[in-house]
Amino acid sequence: MKWYNYINIAYRALLRNKTRAFLTMLGIIIGIASVIAVVSLGSASTNNIRNEIASTGTNMIFISPAQQQRGGINMGAGDAKSLTESDLKALKKECKLITNVSPSVNISGQLVAGTNNTPTSLSGVDVTFQHIRDLKMQKGIFFSTTDVETAAKVCVIGKTIVDKLFPDGSDPIGKTIRFKNIPLKIIGVLEERGQNGMGQDQDNVVYLPYSTVQKRMLAITHFNSIFASAVSEEESENAVTEIKSVIRRAHKLKPSDTDDFDIFTQAEMLSMVSNVTGMLTALLTSVAAISLLVGGIGIMNIMYVTVTERTKEIGLRMSIGAQKQFVLMQFLSESIILSLIGGFLGILLGIIVSYLVSLFLNWEFVLNIGSVLLAFGVCFAEGIFFGWYPAKKASQLDPIVALRYE
Amino acid sequence: MTNKEVLKIEQLTRTFEMGSEKVHALRGISFSVNEGEFVSIMGTSGSGKSTLLNILGCLDKPTSGEYFIDGIAVSKQNDQALSLLRNRKLGFVFQSYNLLPRTSAVEQVELPLLYNPDIKSRERKERAKFALEQVGLQDRMNHFPNQLSGGQQQRVAIARALVNDPVMILADEATGNLDTRTSYEVMSLFQQLNAQGKTICFVTHEPDIANFTTRSIRLKDGLIITDTPIMTQSAALALASLPKNQDYEMV
Ligand SMILES: Nc1ncnc2c1ncn2[C@@H]1O[C@H](COP(=O)(O)OP(=O)(O)OP(=O)(O)O)[C@@H](O)[C@H]1O
Ligand SMILES: [Mg+2]
Repeated sequence: MKWYNYINIAYRALLRNKTRAFLTMLGIIIGIASVIAVVSLGSASTNNIRNEIASTGTNMIFISPAQQQRGGINMGAGDAKSLTESDLKALKKECKLITNVSPSVNISGQLVAGTNNTPTSLSGVDVTFQHIRDLKMQKGIFFSTTDVETAAKVCVIGKTIVDKLFPDGSDPIGKTIRFKNIPLKIIGVLEERGQNGMGQDQDNVVYLPYSTVQKRMLAITHFNSIFASAVSEEESENAVTEIKSVIRRAHKLKPSDTDDFDIFTQAEMLSMVSNVTGMLTALLTSVAAISLLVGGIGIMNIMYVTVTERTKEIGLRMSIGAQKQFVLMQFLSESIILSLIGGFLGILLGIIVSYLVSLFLNWEFVLNIGSVLLAFGVCFAEGIFFGWYPAKKASQLDPIVALRYE
Repeated sequence: MTNKEVLKIEQLTRTFEMGSEKVHALRGISFSVNEGEFVSIMGTSGSGKSTLLNILGCLDKPTSGEYFIDGIAVSKQNDQALSLLRNRKLGFVFQSYNLLPRTSAVEQVELPLLYNPDIKSRERKERAKFALEQVGLQDRMNHFPNQLSGGQQQRVAIARALVNDPVMILADEATGNLDTRTSYEVMSLFQQLNAQGKTICFVTHEPDIANFTTRSIRLKDGLIITDTPIMTQSAALALASLPKNQDYEMV
């Protein structure tokens, strides 16, 4: 018996019950579609975050006070106030492998311009920050060294802030806005950057001299963090080592002391984010895989019902010369065809869904050919695995008993 | 009529074991059928007619005895060879038609040929159409069973039994579900096929139906009590002499 004869027979049998065939496939369709969509969207989001991080410069280094808190009298080490002006000076003077260094001091609150206001977070930074983050001006200028030295009440704002505070479209340059009753003169507007990989709005920013935040707003002398650029991406590992020894010396740490600060590089960030999204994708994929299993059990269930319901038909087929293997192959073909067509539709649906989602989120659409092939393989295996037992049962019917079955 | 033996059985027995109880459905049956015979197998209910026919049709195996179809010793064959025999040498017609639901007449008739890999798709379709023409259903090729009368459904089943050009057609109460007129029509069809040379074994318990055959074997309690030639009547004539019914239209 030729294989296409089995397919022909199975196909005709399936056509007789189109609705049921479709409903049976639905489980597989949904299972495969979700696996395809999850894998595709997972890689799309990872790619997106990677591109994002890479675009901000892979040689950026981020220094923050150590997270662990030590109680009691030892106020110096492990304290969130451990990064200060002297560290900055030491880094500028002693580090050969970094080009730019900028502290960062942050404060949140309401920003007011006339009758408009918006909640936001202000970042006090140094002039070098513009180069570290590669900030481009759309209008006006970034603040100067003099502004930092004099703790000038000036700021540079992003597109979102402009839209919120000046909805009428008037030119913000030269206008004064207020933050906690301190007037800040807008001297520049940044170019639009859009969202970053984590969905944060990169235009909802206000930059001003760090000295202004420290002295006029918070009355503190420490920094929340320090940003630096390594001379090159290849040197960033060495730059980290250098920064570490410089700050340890500045903090007068004994060799036995642990670091009271943390250093992240953009490269580390990249792998961290990849890990997180990878884990998330794996988790979602396994959930989707469970739905595949459920779909397979659905096929088995329906094949079982089908075999019982078509007992008389099986008897007839045997009486006109269908051998046991033919009957086995017929029902096996039916379940394989069901799951393969289901798989095909599922792949289509998965691609459409992930394409639309990517389009909507402005991500680059990624289709993993491996996952498509795997999905087909899984469907084929499922068809055989879940179709085998019902098909075996059908093939072992006694033709006379089957013919008499009511 | 030739004298070629299509069927020969010798001391056939069939015993069903129901737990400790034994049911002797056939107790030792011997007869042979020549090519072109139209044999009716008669007997009261439970006399073993269906059991005998199932064995003749290679659906069941005898407990003892030998049995030859077209010279082939059936009891020595394995399951696969029996399937092959059913597919190439035999045609079945059942009381309850046993058509596949939602399947067109022509596809029903193609079915036995689908299990024969030597027959290509075009030949299969042509032969199915020809068989349907033989039973007078050339206008009903694409009808589903639920769009056909009982008599028409049985004709489709007869076409399906014919399509593989079997050496013998086996029918078990093939007219059992039909009214008198339709039964006569079906018998007339069987007589035509027989006239063309087909060998037919026909189980029935209606004596008037048996009168349309050429030979009658009567069973009782698993044994042959009579085996006699018959003064064959023409089913077509019997049909013509039936009182005309206004509501009934001839197919
Ligand atoms: N599968 C079986 N298991 C046990 N006993 C059986 C089986 N099939 C048939 N028999 C018995 O064998 C005997 C003959 O049965 P069979 O079906 O051949 O009768 P029949 O002549 O066809 O009757 P009817 O005219 O009612 O169809 C009966 O006594 C029946 O109970
Ligand atoms: Mg019977």
